[in-house]
Amino acid sequence: MYEITEKPLSVEGVVSAITRKTCGAVASFVGVVREFSRGRQISYLEYEAYPEMAIAKMRQIEGEIREKWEIEQIAIHHRVGRLGIGEVSVVIAVSAAHRQPALEACTYAIERLKQIVPIWKKEVSPDGSFWVGMGS
Amino acid sequence: MRIQVKLFAAAREIVGQGEVAIELKEGSTVGDLMEGIFSRYPGLKGMAGSLVFAVNRELAERGVGLQDGDEVGVIPPVSGGTDV
Repeated sequence: MYEITEKPLSVEGVVSAITRKTCGAVASFVGVVREFSRGRQISYLEYEAYPEMAIAKMRQIEGEIREKWEIEQIAIHHRVGRLGIGEVSVVIAVSAAHRQPALEACTYAIERLKQIVPIWKKEVSPDGSFWVGMGS
Repeated sequence: MRIQVKLFAAAREIVGQGEVAIELKEGSTVGDLMEGIFSRYPGLKGMAGSLVFAVNRELAERGVGLQDGDEVGVIPPVSGGTDV
């Protein structure tokens, strides 16, 4: 349940796609474009992905999670292209029978996403633009 | 042999395109490909130390051998920003 898309993301859509009758918990993380970054006003962001590798790395993260926690489903949707302030850049949702594995796996997923998934963002501000790496 | 090279973010902007083909001798490695890329696109040398390479979507060290038709991704910094 991985997607890299130029279209706006739907948090509810992602959450409902992974909810099962056997699940007592769905944890979600929503990444949003912030107005200021490292002291600079942001005009907009441009996200770029290496889509095939990004999806493969998202699958790797799911594998790591399933070794550590009992979860039902996981979905990661990332948007690419130009995003304005307040727009949703990433949605991660994890369903599980109980809240603890759902919450912990969701936290793990966003941390690993930033470490190993090849997605970059360019911060465009009135005084120039900067590429920011996967880990930022 | 022919290697398909995909470039992203700052590396893509420096080269001016997202995909280029590089011809290499049989038996070449990721290190040989890097030399080929940097001589064709000297602008990339400034960020050479921070680039990593993925062969068929898996990160690969310099010594990894390449095969005809491999896809190599040029992956800019994992953290921090690059001024472009």
